[in-house]
Amino acid sequence: MKSKKLSIPYLIWMVVFTLIPLATIIFYAFTNKQGNFSFEPFQNAFFYSDVFVRSIWIALVSCLICIILAYPMAYIMSRCKERTQNLFVMLITIPMWMNFLLRIYAWVILLQNNGPIDTALSILGINANLMGNAGTVVLGMVYEFLPFMILPIYTVMSKIDNRLIEAAQDLGSNSVQIFKKVVFPLSIPGIISGITMVFVPSASTFLVAQYLGGTDNIMIGDVIDKIFWTDQNTGSAISLILMVAILIFLVLMNFFGDEEAIS
Amino acid sequence: MKQKSENAIVSLRNIYVEFDSEVILNHINLDIMDKEFVTILGPSGCGKTTTLRIIGGFLNPDEGDVYFEGERINKLPPHKRNVNTVFQKYSLFPHLNVFDNIAFGLKLKKTPKDEIKKKVHQMLAIVDLKGYEKRSVAKLSGGQQQRVAIARALVCDPKVVLLDEPLGALDLKLRKNMQQELKEIQQKTQTTFIYVTHDQEEALTMSDTVVVMNNGNIEQIGTPADIYNEPVNAFVADFIGEANIINGTMIDDCRVKILGHELECVDKGFGKNTPVDIVIRPEDIEVVKPEEGQLTGTVTDAVFKGVHYEMTVMCNNCEWLIHSTLCQEIGTEIGMRIIPYNIQIMNKMFPTANNEFTATVVSSDKENNSIKIDIEGNIIEIENQYFQEDTNLFIVLPPDGLHIAGDGKGDLNDVYIESVIWKGEHNEIILESDERKWIMQSDQDEQVATYCPISFDFSKAVFTPTDKEES
Repeated sequence: MKSKKLSIPYLIWMVVFTLIPLATIIFYAFTNKQGNFSFEPFQNAFFYSDVFVRSIWIALVSCLICIILAYPMAYIMSRCKERTQNLFVMLITIPMWMNFLLRIYAWVILLQNNGPIDTALSILGINANLMGNAGTVVLGMVYEFLPFMILPIYTVMSKIDNRLIEAAQDLGSNSVQIFKKVVFPLSIPGIISGITMVFVPSASTFLVAQYLGGTDNIMIGDVIDKIFWTDQNTGSAISLILMVAILIFLVLMNFFGDEEAIS
Repeated sequence: MKQKSENAIVSLRNIYVEFDSEVILNHINLDIMDKEFVTILGPSGCGKTTTLRIIGGFLNPDEGDVYFEGERINKLPPHKRNVNTVFQKYSLFPHLNVFDNIAFGLKLKKTPKDEIKKKVHQMLAIVDLKGYEKRSVAKLSGGQQQRVAIARALVCDPKVVLLDEPLGALDLKLRKNMQQELKEIQQKTQTTFIYVTHDQEEALTMSDTVVVMNNGNIEQIGTPADIYNEPVNAFVADFIGEANIINGTMIDDCRVKILGHELECVDKGFGKNTPVDIVIRPEDIEVVKPEEGQLTGTVTDAVFKGVHYEMTVMCNNCEWLIHSTLCQEIGTEIGMRIIPYNIQIMNKMFPTANNEFTATVVSSDKENNSIKIDIEGNIIEIENQYFQEDTNLFIVLPPDGLHIAGDGKGDLNDVYIESVIWKGEHNEIILESDERKWIMQSDQDEQVATYCPISFDFSKAVFTPTDKEES
């Protein structure tokens, strides 16, 4: 009984700040400007389908690069001494103490025409436009979200009981086999939560693409941001589609993950 | 030192291991015979698990050699050794089911699929887990997990199976069953088992050979009966079963003096008038009428233990434990008879009766009649003694001149308690400081393998100045 009472404030919180806004979005998504039931917002939303696809695509690529970078890092960290591990965790989290926009600005300054990197490259005879393409957006995303991939994988890996590794050795595994048969399967839950924590925010993020990608590479987050000023109904519809898409993705992910962990 | 006994499957030679400048294994030698059930028995912290890890290849000794069937295998990593381990907490792979856990080793050996299936099924039958193939290991009980762990080790068909306190986490009844089963599995599979435990009863029930360890040393190796009936020292006698361990003096061959009474025994070769430790098992004391007894005492306590009564008898201030099927009333005066064969004589664990050591006077104070001496870098003040500065002193300090500093501020701190043995009247405690061992007498019980601060009472000590050049 007691625990139920304690949960009341949280329930109120969730109703006020999660359920009501969600309901409002759904309401707006299915009404036109006059407030009548209509599929018009979805028809309008369809106009942005290529931005939508590109957003998902950029999020997936960023996520994949994050895994490729984070996994070895997390593995190395988990094998270090405890003090070194703590140091690594601190170094990884320090950039997060700084404002997100500031970090993106920093990249803009680094990469802009006649900026330090551009100048250095032109001395070497390479003239490339570093800004305003999808690659730069992915770079910004990876930079932004890499810690969210490293930390969950590292947490899961550091919890793998060393005795399991000894048991695997004892039964005849060399280090490659230990990794394949014990460490990797046991680290899958970490990868899954890493994907959740990177894919979801990077699919819906805004500003990163605006600053680094230029006008051709805006993402769905930026579209929602812009459109909401003028057309809340279409904005709500796009948000809803994005939400459902992410939900489907996560369900698939978890389903796939469970299968993997068992077999 | 490349020598190995005939038939030894595993030989340890002069193994020395140190962690953080603490000696874990102190130059031990051990031969393990093929197809034997060997138990390494000792209190926690005695180095038994370390010994097992060395055989398994998880730890490289700082010194010494490990031989497997006559070949030196120090550098061989665990996965190349023909040895499998049943770990203390089982260490089953949580992401695999029972079948895949057991098949783990076979799959690595690239065994054909139908053979794996056959072998795993055979193994499951041996450990009595038929039909459990598809179960998740997390959903098994402790005993079942234990059996999966045993099956996983045995299925690889190793020459030697190492078991690290595998029954520690099980309840008493299950443990008894598993002891029986393990012994049967060992005989069925004709494999060498090296079993580590701190449970003496387990060791006696299951083993062909028991290795008793304490504080990084092997105290005794023998059959369970040998270890029980003829312990080599008070530690072994105290650790295995219940025992009356008392101080005595060997008058001559076959004559021993206990509590002022001269008794006949069967041991020889201790010399004349040598202080010794004596073990008499509680069931070996015959209760008779006072006038017929070799010793007499008063029953102070009697507890019914099922098969027998356990009586405590006071005899000359010394406590005796007697097991008898007949109960004597508390307060009764009884006689005790012990046949010579049941009196086991052992050398003292501490070489001298008192603590004997030398120390240098670092400063002296004539007015207050006191000196300060240096013991292992600690400056200790002694009152009512005067010697000149820089004098070397030979000090004889009796066991009751030491005590554990209750306030935590001792003359020597962090002294290791190596053994605590109840001698009927008081505890005889052997301590180890940085440079030497100490013998202490105490009425308190102390925990073995822990650290404590000790203080000295030098009013009981005898000081003799020695020549400076000498030390």
